[in-house]
Amino acid sequence: MAAQNLQSVPAEPAANQAQAQAAQQEADAAGQAHFDRVIAEDSRIEPKDWMPAAYRKTLLRQVSQHGHSEIIGMQPEANWISRAPSLKRKSILMAKVQDEAGHGLYLYSAAETLGQSRDKMMDDLIAGKARYSSIFNYPALTWADMGAIGWLVDGAAICNQVPLCRASYGPYGRAMVRICKEESFHQRQGFEILLELSNGTAAQKQMAQDAVNRWYAPALMMFGPPDDDSPNSKQSMAWNIKRFSNDELRSRFVGMMVEQVRVLGLTLPDDQVRYNEDTKKWEHGPLDWHEFQEVLAGRGPCNAQRLERRREAHDDGAWVREAAAAYAAKQLNKQKEYAA
Amino acid sequence: MSPHGNPEAPASGAAEINREAPKASPVVESREVSTSSTSDGRPVSTSSTTDGRPVSASSTTAHDRSAWGLWEVFVRSSRGLSHVHAGSLHAPDAAMALRNARDLYTRRNEGVSIWVVPADAIAASDPDSKGSFFESPQGKDYRHATYYTKSEGVKHL
Amino acid sequence: MSTPQTNTETTHTEGHGDISTGMAAPMGGGDSSASATRITPGNALRPEDIALEVRTGLAKPTEDVAEYALRLGDDALILAQRLGHWISRAPELEEDIALGNIALDQLGHARSFLTYAGAAMTNDDGTPKSEDDLAYFRREHEFRSVQLFEQPNGDFAATIARQFVVSYYQFELYRRLTESTDATLAAIAAKAVKEVDYHRDHSAQWILRLAGGTDESRKRMIHGLRTMWPYVGELFRDDDLTARLAEAGAAVAPSSLKEDFDRLTGEVLEEAELEVPDVPVAPGGGREGRHSEHLGYLLAEMQVLAREHPGASW
Repeated sequence: MAAQNLQSVPAEPAANQAQAQAAQQEADAAGQAHFDRVIAEDSRIEPKDWMPAAYRKTLLRQVSQHGHSEIIGMQPEANWISRAPSLKRKSILMAKVQDEAGHGLYLYSAAETLGQSRDKMMDDLIAGKARYSSIFNYPALTWADMGAIGWLVDGAAICNQVPLCRASYGPYGRAMVRICKEESFHQRQGFEILLELSNGTAAQKQMAQDAVNRWYAPALMMFGPPDDDSPNSKQSMAWNIKRFSNDELRSRFVGMMVEQVRVLGLTLPDDQVRYNEDTKKWEHGPLDWHEFQEVLAGRGPCNAQRLERRREAHDDGAWVREAAAAYAAKQLNKQKEYAA
Repeated sequence: MSPHGNPEAPASGAAEINREAPKASPVVESREVSTSSTSDGRPVSTSSTTDGRPVSASSTTAHDRSAWGLWEVFVRSSRGLSHVHAGSLHAPDAAMALRNARDLYTRRNEGVSIWVVPADAIAASDPDSKGSFFESPQGKDYRHATYYTKSEGVKHL
Repeated sequence: MSTPQTNTETTHTEGHGDISTGMAAPMGGGDSSASATRITPGNALRPEDIALEVRTGLAKPTEDVAEYALRLGDDALILAQRLGHWISRAPELEEDIALGNIALDQLGHARSFLTYAGAAMTNDDGTPKSEDDLAYFRREHEFRSVQLFEQPNGDFAATIARQFVVSYYQFELYRRLTESTDATLAAIAAKAVKEVDYHRDHSAQWILRLAGGTDESRKRMIHGLRTMWPYVGELFRDDDLTARLAEAGAAVAPSSLKEDFDRLTGEVLEEAELEVPDVPVAPGGGREGRHSEHLGYLLAEMQVLAREHPGASW
């Protein structure tokens, strides 16, 4: 790129190494000062800006994990596309799972601006080296799970994501704006599924309650470990990547669910939910963080299945991607021959 | 990737990143040896094949042969407005990039026209030269109508 | 003409609701009108609009037209069911989305055609059959789709081969149906033809790339076309129903589409340096309810939940 060429200094071997090091330190100091100022002003960091190594690393981890979660998160719902019980629900579900592919794609794009290729991220994911939201390692066993996933899982995701629209890293924030706009229907369609079931036959209502019972705790755990056990949170908040702590968001989410579950005519499987007048916060019963860690470590009900499915799609598609790349190269050669 | 933060001084890991992220598009670029850069603008010297994909040991693996280039997508939301950057995507060539953009970025009626540009065809200004590049216009109030106060109150001016 | 109003008037009666997230704009909104994320539902004929017309008695097909709509609806439904499987399994994320769009288009057409067809058919309680009555509570031999649509996805090349045949066939069909004397058929076709036009382009682009990509992809593309081609003939077969409807101007004789189909697909195949597959033609029979072995499994999966809860609402 022109702008880059103008100022990339030709490397003088060895001789001026000390001098180069000093110049580097000076540049780093200036970069840090600029970065600090941007963060203090609550402005945005853009891809070409200087940023601390740890900031880049944290973001890359968070954004790629977020992308992986969207991609793996397609599976439990795709599992029901073929069996959706009405054509309207089938359309909605298809559009929703398709959206998730798009969201994964937006997020991978944001991560790519940090210097990581999608290919590398995909490789890490299918090699089991990358993490994604542990909730997608639970099975979607009944149709009501489509409702519970939309209402609880997407609901929790939206709580998390709306503040992320203001994340200090520009491409991440912009991806989240698009995602939040598109997801506005995801939670509503889930709520509607549950409402229909709850107002339906006894068997349907039972199906809905069972799904809420199974997805409630994993959804609460989507906000991440309690603040005391979340060592990275503080730094992320200082960098304006995170805007609210895990517990704050979780409490806010519980408050919303309490209201909404009444409209559904269902109950939350937690008899310790209450509003604490002193702290002005919603409280909930204990969560099984041991299970959370187990699932995160790969020992959840569907971890192996989810990764295998992704690996299979990726491997089965290799010849197609290769063919399209080869075709493009051939076309280019033809163009060049024609021009010559 | 041993992230180091300074976009102007690539660490050794940067070349590796570039190799894994072929940004070049076959359609626009054709070069033998060139300076390419990662998407965050760090210059990385690398030799490339004619289709712009860097030559390296790994370029012979299936992994690299099948990777599609990165494209930036611009969408015009309705007639009379500018195209606005919507995001990026991967595609093997311009024709597919346009179609992928249509499927991805306009499935809720967001647009009436789409541009796609190979990500590496975009030359960007240098963030570190903000001062010399962008501060000169400051203080040149005389370029703005508000500078001329004596004519205030005069109609149609 | 009973339906044209559907495009504008009824769209708002069962609205799509508010799509805004109620979220504050990110900082530095700038020229807010030049947005790449402004989303709208748009105005177009929806299955719900046709259902409303059916309920209010505005749309009532003749028995022949209903049977014909059932055929086209079944074609689109079975294909949508097949394509839906690709979502989360496509060769690249971009293609998950492309195939998802095509599946959604087909499902939309299916719902419109089936809803319209159902208006001339009654349940035991006297109510007109809904799209779901038709999709979920008919048995295999009652489906009227031709056998091409139920062919398994196979690999990506087989799916593209099926898409190629289907989209070029449907485009020629819908293009002509926009002039149907039956206003509802014409309206559904008018919405569908634009979408199917894009499906043609999608499949043609991939035919070119797979045929002209690598040795492996070329081999697979040729194989994919060979597996689908035995079922092409059935698409263009006339029978008493289509003869009567063509006579009345409500539909077109399937055989009349063949010339354009052969010419246009031939052009693409030629550009891709492929031959029209020379394979024996299968007898078909889908329009009379004779299907391949594949349809039973497809329906078993599609209908299982709805049939577990007959009469339930979802």
